[in-house]
Amino acid sequence: MNYLLGAFKPACNVSITFTDGKNRKQVPIKKDNGQTVMNPLFQSQETIAGKVIIEPYQGKKVEHNGVKVELLGQIEMYFDRGNFYDFTSLVRELDVPGDIYERKTYPFEFPTVEMPYDTYNGVNVRLRYVLKVTVTRGYSGSIVEYQEFMVRNYAPPPPINNSIKMEVGIEDCLHIEFEYNKSKYHLKDVILGKIYFLLVRIKMKNMDLEIRRRESTGAGANTHVETETLAKFELMDGTPVRGESIPVRLFLAPYDLTPTHRNINNKFSVKYYLNLVLVDEEDRRYFKQQEITLYRLKADTSSV
Amino acid sequence: MRRLAGAEDEEKWLAEGIAGIQHNAFFMHRALDANNLREVLKYSALMLSELRTSKLSPQKYYDLYMRAFDELRQLEVFFKDESRHGLPVVDLYELVQHAGNILPRMYLLCTVGSVYIKSKQAPSKDVLKDLVEMCRGVQHPIRGLFLRSYLAQVSRDKLPEIGSEYEGDANTVMDAVEFVLQNFTEMNKLWVRIQHQGPGTVREKQEKERNELRDLVGKNLHVLGQIEGVDLEMYKETVLPRVLEQVVNCKDELAQYYLMECIIQVFPDEYHLQTLETLLAACTQLMPTVDTKIVLTQLMDRLSNYAASSPDVLHEFLQVEAFAKLSNAIGKVIDTQIEMPIVGAMTLFVSLLTFTLRVHPDRLDYVDQILGACVVKLSSVPKLEDARAMKQVVALLSAPLEKYNDIVTALTLSNYPRVMDHLDDGTNKVMAMLIIQSIMKNNSCISTADKVEVLFELIKGLIKDLDGTDTEELDEEDFQEEQNSVARLIHMLDNEEPEEMLKIICVVRKHLMTGGTRRLPFTVPPLVFSALRLVRQLESQDGDVTGEDVPATPGKIFQILNQTIEVLSSVPCPELALRLYLQCAEAASDCDLEPVAYEFFTQAFILYEEEIADSKAQVTAIHLIIGTLQRINVFGVENRDTLTHKATGYSARLLKKPDQCRAVYACSHLFWVDDIDGIKDGERALLCLRRALRIANAAQQMANATRGSSGPVTLFVEILNKYIYFYEKGNPHITPSDVQSLIELINTEMQSDDNGNRRTHSDPFFTSTLRYIKFQKQKGGLMGDKYDLIKL
Repeated sequence: MNYLLGAFKPACNVSITFTDGKNRKQVPIKKDNGQTVMNPLFQSQETIAGKVIIEPYQGKKVEHNGVKVELLGQIEMYFDRGNFYDFTSLVRELDVPGDIYERKTYPFEFPTVEMPYDTYNGVNVRLRYVLKVTVTRGYSGSIVEYQEFMVRNYAPPPPINNSIKMEVGIEDCLHIEFEYNKSKYHLKDVILGKIYFLLVRIKMKNMDLEIRRRESTGAGANTHVETETLAKFELMDGTPVRGESIPVRLFLAPYDLTPTHRNINNKFSVKYYLNLVLVDEEDRRYFKQQEITLYRLKADTSSV
Repeated sequence: MRRLAGAEDEEKWLAEGIAGIQHNAFFMHRALDANNLREVLKYSALMLSELRTSKLSPQKYYDLYMRAFDELRQLEVFFKDESRHGLPVVDLYELVQHAGNILPRMYLLCTVGSVYIKSKQAPSKDVLKDLVEMCRGVQHPIRGLFLRSYLAQVSRDKLPEIGSEYEGDANTVMDAVEFVLQNFTEMNKLWVRIQHQGPGTVREKQEKERNELRDLVGKNLHVLGQIEGVDLEMYKETVLPRVLEQVVNCKDELAQYYLMECIIQVFPDEYHLQTLETLLAACTQLMPTVDTKIVLTQLMDRLSNYAASSPDVLHEFLQVEAFAKLSNAIGKVIDTQIEMPIVGAMTLFVSLLTFTLRVHPDRLDYVDQILGACVVKLSSVPKLEDARAMKQVVALLSAPLEKYNDIVTALTLSNYPRVMDHLDDGTNKVMAMLIIQSIMKNNSCISTADKVEVLFELIKGLIKDLDGTDTEELDEEDFQEEQNSVARLIHMLDNEEPEEMLKIICVVRKHLMTGGTRRLPFTVPPLVFSALRLVRQLESQDGDVTGEDVPATPGKIFQILNQTIEVLSSVPCPELALRLYLQCAEAASDCDLEPVAYEFFTQAFILYEEEIADSKAQVTAIHLIIGTLQRINVFGVENRDTLTHKATGYSARLLKKPDQCRAVYACSHLFWVDDIDGIKDGERALLCLRRALRIANAAQQMANATRGSSGPVTLFVEILNKYIYFYEKGNPHITPSDVQSLIELINTEMQSDDNGNRRTHSDPFFTSTLRYIKFQKQKGGLMGDKYDLIKL
């Protein structure tokens, strides 16, 4: 049995290391099986360099038709699982066909790689970057090894960042005016604002501010929209009277947010909304949703 | 929901809440011991979530709150110690704001905020401002009230007031004030809002519950009152207007009343005085249902106490025209609050009056002004029927009396009687009694006819039956007491000047004569004696009082008296009239006015004959007549004879023999007056005595005949004493043998009497008479010699 098993074992161990792997920042990412692993973090225009080490098992030789390393940017739709769409694909040939008898190290380098999109792990879609090493073989099948890495891109503070101000209401029942100090927030930002009650004729139990993520995948008739509530933050307890103004101060840091993604490669979009929800004593909900744009500010690299 | 639930359920919910707090507090403590910030925050938030309940009444909620409060103290200690959690307080301040539920979040924020201020890493005012602002998120009245109360509590010692270690820049006091004011405003709004919570059916219970919470709100005002550095200027410009704005705008009866009360109690008197206008203006803007009068009353009480505290402050009152302002405000309140019962208006007037009397004791015109306003108010309503209002009016009228200790002052108040007119008869009497009592107590003398006139106008309730009064219900005892008081009052009317005094008497007489038959017996005697006193005064001055141009002559007075007493005799009250006639006669005699005296006697005799029928009354009357007649020496022989003759005649015609006997032997004195120029008709005196003896004999026999035993030896002994008297005084017609034979007679009588009981009665008198004789004998001297002639 051992022998048989041994027959199907790959003949060698392939590992991929990054040049500055020891110093590079690592960020956690959730795998499909629920486990969290740490992966190195990159951003666009960085040079991705490292080594591929191929180490045949004792006494074995690896026959191959060539060794290559690819840098892939992939989008995977969950309704089409396993089928990756590569929006970036770079290849480096590491070796010409031949045999490997002992441990062999191949340095590689992808200089200033264009990686326009962030790594993203959504409900219906995944965007990932991966290094793929292929040891091409004939009948025994190729040996393939993956090494994922994370990409996060940073944006400068937007030049125009208007506040969101709006008056909404139900006639003769409830009139409110709310104001959020900006329309674009970075991920560690704090949302400040005020809710003015212009008319209150219903008895309220509480008022919450929700952060909702709206992920749409596909296009046209096949569009899937998935909405998640990532934060539910109570702003008010009880019924206010006319003229009351309720402060809003919501720190974004504790929530697992990503920047807003608009139409990534025509495959998907991720948008964020602030949803103001009023709940009356009969548990009826009155709400108003406003889109906000999230971006990643350079300065926040220090924290998670 | 909670409103419909019973107390039992509430107990259960409270118990659950407490259990929840304890449970989470346990894990929180464990996390505290382990210095695990994350867990501490988690469990403290869970613990505080128990306070999110809506099921408890304020009282029970307070219970729950206190438990959480205790736990928060420990949490604060943990937050304070950076080495335990390893986070700068600024970061902590942000971290606790991540909590999803607002109530736990705010409690934690306040707790960290307090630590933040203590650490002095941020100015106190900024942190406080942030906290008070963020608390707005809790709009549920009860939860909000308690949260803000917590904020007030943790911030109490961290205000940036002057002298505090958290003192900030130049405007520091303002910041402190601003914070407290804001918290106060919000708390008051929440408090007021409680009433809009449940359905109307439980309004009453709700009001009660709200009342229990009021101190949470009021505490802010206490804090305001204690902030160091709030000077008059700031109080005037900021604190008071802001507080009042809130009070007026909340349009809530309970809150307005309570808060006004607080304001008045919390801030210093001198501030009130200096901001009187503002304060009063606010009073007039309160809801019509608010008991403004109590508020104003308290204010005035405080101010008057303040005025009383030191004479130095009085000029402040003058400076700000306190009276005018108060008076104005009260007028406005009364005008605007039409609903206010009359008793309320009266209470206000009483307070204002008390204030005036304390602050401006010299301004009688103010007092009169108040009374005038009171009259106006009273005139606008139908006859006063509310007992409490009546009581207030009495208080109103009594206050000046007490203050000035002198009715004379009150008499100068033109509105005083007009107010009294509005009282019902019963109260009017009570008030009249009070006036009289005041006069009595202070022994004040009313000395002019004008004042007397006013005074009697005031007490006319006592003087005469008022129109439409039911007299039958009067309590006899009360009536007597009232009339006795009037009688006493009459003695307080006095003037040295006879002329004025006569006027007074005339005025009094005029009033008294309207009193009717029931009052006259009480009121006429003092009047008569008062007049007689005047007579005697005139007499002692003598000399120049004669002459036609002098109005106050004894003659005139006697005329008046005669008329006065005459009224009395027709009341009918003949016995009293008789006595008064006799008094007058005696006085006339002292004035050498023989005809007048004679006239009075005539009147007395006529009364005796015509009106006095009762035998006992007759006995008394005759003795009075004899007594008076005996003392009068003004009569000429003829007149005297006529009168004495009459008197003896009446004496002998009394019904009972013993009475006859006694009257007759008393008559003996009419003929022998032991005076230098007194009449000394020994013979007729003896005749009287003999006649008495005869009557005594007859009485004896009559007794024997009817009862089978001998009668009154006493009469004999009494006669014996008369004999001895005249003998001693040197009546030549009384001889020792007369005395001796009388003694023997008595002895015989006593021996013939075999009944031991009887004898013992007369024995002591007789024995002591005999002892007297013996004593006189032994004494020797002139008298001894005289007595020696009597052989025993």
